[in-house]
Amino acid sequence: MQVTSITDGIIIDHVPAGRSLKVLDFLGIDPRKTRLALIMNAQSPTFGTKDIIKIESDVVVDLNILALVAPSATVNVVREGEIISKEKPALPLHVTNVITCVNPRCVTSTERGIKQQFHLVRGHEDARGMQYRCDYCDEEAKL
Amino acid sequence: MSAQLSSSLVGKSVVTLDDLSVPQIDDLLLKARYIDSHRREVAHTCDGRVLATLFYEPSTRTRLSFETAMLRLGGQVIGFAGANQSSASKGETIADTLKTVSNYVDVVAMRHPKEGAALVASQAVDTPVINAGDGGHMHPTQTLADLATIYNRFGRVHHLTVGLCGDLTFGRTVHSLIETLCRFGDITFVLISPRELRTPQYVLDRINDTPSCSYVEVQDMTDVLGDLDVLYMTRVQQERFFNEDDYLRLRDTYILDREKLALGKDSLAVLHPLPRVNEIAFDVDEDPRAAYFEQVKNGMLMRMALESSVVGDELPGYDPEVMENDIQTIQEVHA
Repeated sequence: MQVTSITDGIIIDHVPAGRSLKVLDFLGIDPRKTRLALIMNAQSPTFGTKDIIKIESDVVVDLNILALVAPSATVNVVREGEIISKEKPALPLHVTNVITCVNPRCVTSTERGIKQQFHLVRGHEDARGMQYRCDYCDEEAKL
Repeated sequence: MSAQLSSSLVGKSVVTLDDLSVPQIDDLLLKARYIDSHRREVAHTCDGRVLATLFYEPSTRTRLSFETAMLRLGGQVIGFAGANQSSASKGETIADTLKTVSNYVDVVAMRHPKEGAALVASQAVDTPVINAGDGGHMHPTQTLADLATIYNRFGRVHHLTVGLCGDLTFGRTVHSLIETLCRFGDITFVLISPRELRTPQYVLDRINDTPSCSYVEVQDMTDVLGDLDVLYMTRVQQERFFNEDDYLRLRDTYILDREKLALGKDSLAVLHPLPRVNEIAFDVDEDPRAAYFEQVKNGMLMRMALESSVVGDELPGYDPEVMENDIQTIQEVHA
């Protein structure tokens, strides 16, 4: 499968297979208005399969948010056809107004004017090592 | 050291027990014990103070306990019981209610059906807010009452075998007690429940993360009763079972009666957060090992200790070193 390389922009690599649309959604990148290519279920020696997002423009990627939705992803910055830097997102300890609490008993479901806040807790070994919980009710985030 | 500990609580909100350090909890346990034996001396500790009890849902025990605690310290109480008596019925937010009420009072005790409501309240104002229960989430002063009861019976809250029996999946008091006892360490937990109502994994992880603590899970109380120092009973509700046969098969297993109690040690302490329905037979009340009504008293004493601490009023004559000697006497009796 051939996808034309980009000249100036970013490549978000090692996105968990099938998650690239969610990554765009969380990063606030509108595919209708952005010149980009999605490669889904590409072969990966490390992960088996992965998604790749190539964006031909200077998009600012919030690495904290990317880490939240695709912790294994890397961001390659491309200038004049060459990768000039690689960035690996680190899991943020706290996220504000990115995830919404799904617990109907949580105070965030009724109280007006408060932020949706989640904190990182150690995940179970079978839960890919990460877990975010609501600051208010401790409900696990559904990403 | 003690003055530093006491002053570290001044102005502090208590939303969960994680807001209190182990030394601060130790200090509150000593204070509660002191208050119990020096009622007259402490009767004017909080003269001129006002407590607001903002109870958005009904509660007999907890609200009366908070209010009595302040009254016994010489302070006064305002508040409401039921959201329909507050401006919440007009759509006022929790934050706005707190910003209003905090102008009137020195400390707030709040119960609300929504989980996390106490955190919202504590973030809205500088006045200390004590969580009196936020839905099924946290009820820190219940756990303080549990700790005080264990402390008064054994002179310690570590180096014990603690059985927790009944609904271990949904019981917030059980999870909070386990997590807090893990902070003190050296506890063997015996988790007695039907398969359907086992302790959640995140609570078991908390025990596993504490090297000095361990747990076993069993289904039958009678198998383990003789090993326990503390038996913490909770109610098993029929609606928690997936089928009625299992409920009928297991229902009686989780009822403590005199026959089962005969299997326990003489020093066993039986606790229950109350109200009970049928999980402890009434004739158990006469047994000296029944500690659940002591828990109610200890809840009030711990609230007295907490309320006076967060408003910054020192208990006249309180000396933690003297109280620690008193506690050592209990420890020696149990040794």
